[in-house]
Amino acid sequence: MKILICLSNVPDTTTKAKFVNDNTAFDTTGVQWIINPWDELALTRAIELKSDAANSIENITVITVGEKDAEPTMRKALAIGADDAVRIDAEPTDAYFVAAQIAEYLKSNPFDLIFNGIESADYNGSAVGGMLAEFLNIPSVSAVSAVNIENGQVKIKRDIDGGTEEVTSELPLVVIAQKGITKEPMIAAMRGIMMARKKPLNVVAPVEVDALTEIVNFELPQPKPPCKMIEPDNVKELVTLLQNEAKVI
Amino acid sequence: MSVLVFTENWDGKFKKMSFELVSYASKIAEMLNIQTVALSIGDVQEDELKKLGNYAADKIISVNNDKLKNLDNQAYTSVIAQVAEKEGAKVVIIAHNNTGKALAPRLSVKLKAGLGAGVSKLPSSVEPFTIFKKVYSGKAYSNLVIKSDIKILTLAQNSFEFEENVKSPAIESFEPALSDDLFKTTVSNVQKQTGKILLIDAEIVVSGGRGMKSGDNWSPIEELAELLGAATACSRPVSDEGWRPHEEHTGQTGKIIAPNLYIAAGISGAIQHLAGISSSKCIVAINTDKDAPIFEAADYGIIGDTAKVLPDFIQAVKEIK
Repeated sequence: MKILICLSNVPDTTTKAKFVNDNTAFDTTGVQWIINPWDELALTRAIELKSDAANSIENITVITVGEKDAEPTMRKALAIGADDAVRIDAEPTDAYFVAAQIAEYLKSNPFDLIFNGIESADYNGSAVGGMLAEFLNIPSVSAVSAVNIENGQVKIKRDIDGGTEEVTSELPLVVIAQKGITKEPMIAAMRGIMMARKKPLNVVAPVEVDALTEIVNFELPQPKPPCKMIEPDNVKELVTLLQNEAKVI
Repeated sequence: MSVLVFTENWDGKFKKMSFELVSYASKIAEMLNIQTVALSIGDVQEDELKKLGNYAADKIISVNNDKLKNLDNQAYTSVIAQVAEKEGAKVVIIAHNNTGKALAPRLSVKLKAGLGAGVSKLPSSVEPFTIFKKVYSGKAYSNLVIKSDIKILTLAQNSFEFEENVKSPAIESFEPALSDDLFKTTVSNVQKQTGKILLIDAEIVVSGGRGMKSGDNWSPIEELAELLGAATACSRPVSDEGWRPHEEHTGQTGKIIAPNLYIAAGISGAIQHLAGISSSKCIVAINTDKDAPIFEAADYGIIGDTAKVLPDFIQAVKEIK
């Protein structure tokens, strides 16, 4: 079985959002770039699955659509345990564009199990995984909180709105992973970091695709009025305020 | 031409979210001067379907087919696309919940329709079609233009003030073409949470952080939640420690919620946590550290130990109930 993980290169989750060029571009000054947290969980789960020989997973590939500055993040994924990496050399303009690029690559490079994180920490679109599946006319299962392989059959647990379901599926399959799929992201060991330098990172030319959306500009949230402090021995007052001022209880 | 809205029912009943969606869709239909068509998939009785008319649906299409008992993303996408084509949909509105996030991207490709995910307001303009959405997990917003002929929007939960506008829509049943090769997944062992208010549906949420000191100290959180008709939640360290299940983790990498009232007990308010709760209408923070960042996001704050404040809170709520 061959596994593909679609990675997004995103600002570290502690980054404060700032913008430049009249609020039309994200200010990358001093930003640490990381593997999108959900993609990292998916990668971790794939490595866990591969470590069990009974699952017969021959290869884990990571793929991204991005420019050269995404490569350190790809190396990080190789250091954690991916076998090889593919970078489609284009600026990721929107989810449709990204999914179309990866779909095109997959037409000549098939995989059995394709993981996407449930959203990216930058545009929060929850979109690439589902789009990719539709481009390829293959099934997708979303909000996945567990993936196991039993006798070559992929078994999935997914969250529905108000419960969970167990799902099995034909392959190839797109799994859209969320929290729970593994406990914690794996950290690269020194040996992995050394090995990552030698692992293949293939750069592929993009195909012609028009994005369907375009960001006009960004806005920062309105600052909140200061918090109203209440004395700790006067919780009654808080309840009165919630009832009469905020009108929420 | 129409604005098509995909509604969801649970055991044949619509939840508030579906009414929000229909109301939202009807406002966009007004902006475009076209009809609002609501689609329901599942076994929903006519009386229940009619309720969608209370939020200005002009027409209701009901698809009731045994093959669609479980959610298969590929099959559902095909059904919505068939209805969208039949009704000349210019805009398709879907919830930004688990189901919606699974379907909207597929539909985007199927209809070659640009996707605006997680909108919380009406478009600021329909020509060009410009929406306002959260980016960087709520740390910022973007104005996004959708350039395609058809547009798909997913609406963030509890974000739109919906209103009644009673119409008497025609109810039409529709038999979609459902070839077998659309169904490649099999669902078994469905576990539904019962008797508990779901975190994503809850209007009030009581949440605990590391300041609760141990998973054994959760009874005041549960008692307060019970009294307020609230759901319980927690911060990431709490679920990582295994004090509470991961389903309760709210924050950037957990659940993103927008209740009317969020009570944060012993939560310091790391930027990732705030990203998951900042859309709440009212935030109450209880923390011993007066410099905790949660107080910057909160509307009301108490500097104090949860072990003392929560029992007083419970007592004070009992007095008004």
